[in-house]
Amino acid sequence: MLLNGYDPVIFSRILTSLTLGFHIIYATIGVGVPLMIALAEWIGIRRNDFHYLLLARRWARGFVITVAVGVVTGTAIGLQLSLLWPSFMRVAGQSISLPLFLETFAFFFEAIFLGIYLYTWDRFKNRMTHFWLLIPVVIGSSASAFFITIVNAFMNYPVGFTLTNGEITDVNPIAAMLSPAMPTKVAHVLSSAYLTCAFVLAAITAWSLLKGKNHVYYKKALKLTMVCAFVFMVSTALIGDLSGKYLAKYQPEKLAATEWHFETMGKAPLVLGGVLTEDNEVRFGLKIPYGLSILAHSNPFAEVIGLNEFPEDERPPLWIHYLFDIKMGYVGYMVLVSLIFLVEMIRKKGNTYRRWLLRAIMLAAPIAILTIEHGWIFSEVGRQPWILRGIMRTTEGATTSNHVDLMLLLFALLYLVLGVSSVRVLLKMFRNNQAEDEIANFEKEASAKR
Amino acid sequence: MSYEVIGITVLWTFLFGYLIIASIDFGAGFFSYYSSITGTRHLIHSIIDRYLSPVWEVTNVFLVFFFVGFIGFFPDTAYYYGTALLIPGSVAIVLLAIRGAYYAFNHYGSRSRKIYTLMYGASGLLIPAALSTVLTISEGGYIEVTKEGKVIFLVRELFTSSYSWSVVLLALVSVLYISAMFLSFYAHKAGDAPAFQIVRKYALVWSLPTILSSLLVFFAIHGHNLEHFEKMMDRAWMFGLSFLFFMLAVYFVWKKQRLGLSFIFVILQFAFAFYGYGSAHLPYILYPYLTIHDNFTNESMAIALITAFVLGLLLLIPSLYLLMRLFLFNTNYVKGK
Repeated sequence: MLLNGYDPVIFSRILTSLTLGFHIIYATIGVGVPLMIALAEWIGIRRNDFHYLLLARRWARGFVITVAVGVVTGTAIGLQLSLLWPSFMRVAGQSISLPLFLETFAFFFEAIFLGIYLYTWDRFKNRMTHFWLLIPVVIGSSASAFFITIVNAFMNYPVGFTLTNGEITDVNPIAAMLSPAMPTKVAHVLSSAYLTCAFVLAAITAWSLLKGKNHVYYKKALKLTMVCAFVFMVSTALIGDLSGKYLAKYQPEKLAATEWHFETMGKAPLVLGGVLTEDNEVRFGLKIPYGLSILAHSNPFAEVIGLNEFPEDERPPLWIHYLFDIKMGYVGYMVLVSLIFLVEMIRKKGNTYRRWLLRAIMLAAPIAILTIEHGWIFSEVGRQPWILRGIMRTTEGATTSNHVDLMLLLFALLYLVLGVSSVRVLLKMFRNNQAEDEIANFEKEASAKR
Repeated sequence: MSYEVIGITVLWTFLFGYLIIASIDFGAGFFSYYSSITGTRHLIHSIIDRYLSPVWEVTNVFLVFFFVGFIGFFPDTAYYYGTALLIPGSVAIVLLAIRGAYYAFNHYGSRSRKIYTLMYGASGLLIPAALSTVLTISEGGYIEVTKEGKVIFLVRELFTSSYSWSVVLLALVSVLYISAMFLSFYAHKAGDAPAFQIVRKYALVWSLPTILSSLLVFFAIHGHNLEHFEKMMDRAWMFGLSFLFFMLAVYFVWKKQRLGLSFIFVILQFAFAFYGYGSAHLPYILYPYLTIHDNFTNESMAIALITAFVLGLLLLIPSLYLLMRLFLFNTNYVKGK
């Protein structure tokens, strides 16, 4: 389609995925890092340990840069929804504008308190006062993820209205927010964002340790972030399992396409890897007997609905199988790394600073981000051809404007520039201001006071 | 009052809030860059920075709030405006993105760079121009709707229309005027005499062009949309009051007295003009295709949105108050202590 000329639908889809793909990197950091900052600052105050306070402070400094990119790309996707999908927004506005609206409130709340937090490090006598300022930031950032994921859950499983002749009537805004897709989606998004941030911050510390910096400051940081990573790993995996069960019940076509499961049957096997032949035979795949039935219904004999039950033009593309498998591979890697670290930490003679383990932790950060990307692409492509499942096809929602291709170029350039400069600014920021110097400064001041 | 009137009033108020605080922000960015090429940066830089740093993020939210609320209350506008605004909207997004990001990079990054200041200063003047096209398009004449309901945006009409250029001009000069008036108040409060001298000069320089371009837009509307012009004449007292507040505001800056009151007059000056213009535009959102009545959202959504709005305000107003108490109206902070 791309090759034989201009098609606003295709270009709108590419541009939207580009914006979202770029935005979720910064948005994920925006959701998870405040929680980590709060944790570090809280420990620092409770234990009266300057190292944790410094950790919170340095994370907060870097966080501002990522927030800036997150805010501006978030504004972009907010506007692009109406610019690229005007017909969709016309319908969605009727039924789902409440969570969109609430998201901006959460964002507003976060923005106000983040501004205050950043400029009041030394302004209050009681250090807890400053810590309390961060709570609205944590709540605000998680709440905006919560509300925006509700919008997405609605698109996957629209509820809370009556459909008469293609027109939406009897809208119930609260019911629309409580789509069956909502609980698992929201929980999965939040938990995986915390997980990713724990790994990203752990990777930064691992990097410093690998470069030969072995101040106790880094060791405290590594332990804190990796323990968090393990905890969030467990919760994300549990919620992930629930998401599978949700799919089996409410969006069986998505699950069936993921697992190349064509015939409805019991004792359904799970397929790992493999390729699909033209007549939908799975070759070279590893079949785990009963796997899919267990995944879908926690019962090896349960019946799982197959793809053949759905008309061909309502099936999601079958390549999401690969996406899902790659994603699960990433998950396996992260489970392994966080598990090894935990074992080494608990073991009496354990050594959590082995070079290979530090390297493995460093690699876990990009993998965590890739998992998020793969997960979202899987989720979004998996509900094609629908933009509103069962109501509006993606092709009906797109703009008819003649200039989407040009805008695609413009935004690609913008994200390139923003991505490169934000990374450069961050690197320079921490290179010019080493943690050791700040610790030394603090110790000098402390001894001068004594 | 009907729900749609409440809805549009709430949204218009948010747009007005954005107009004021974004103008301060955009203008300050430009002055910051301008002062760096004229060699007075060291005098006014710290004043501008001290005001902007805690609030830049909040400014953006006003805009997001406005357009999300708009789609919520008037879903059909997404269909018409969405198609028409693809280019100006995208350009505005890109500029906003560059501006916001580079402000943070410049401010929180380790060393400030001239190119960052330039990107951030220049984009601040182009954004109002791009955003003001929304108001221009709302007057009608730049969108054609075919029989099948397809929306066609008449780019050429927009670029060759004297009305659209007069709106752009007004947006530009008012940004500089509002910003300079605010900075005069802020520098005066900080007791920063050298900075005050400079920004006061900016304020006085930009006051006359502001009022002249307002008049220009007035006449351009007469040529472009007579119906709207006549409704505006019915509300002539509002524009009269606006002019009166303008005179008072400039008078106090001229006399170097009561700068806080002077800035309140600036807000009133724009409020009367903005609400005068807006109320005369009703019931149309997009002349002549969309009115607030036939494209309003369903009743239950309207109630939900208004409820959410009221509850949200209960949270926002104390927070904003705290922000202002800690930074804007905290004498020690303003003076840089």
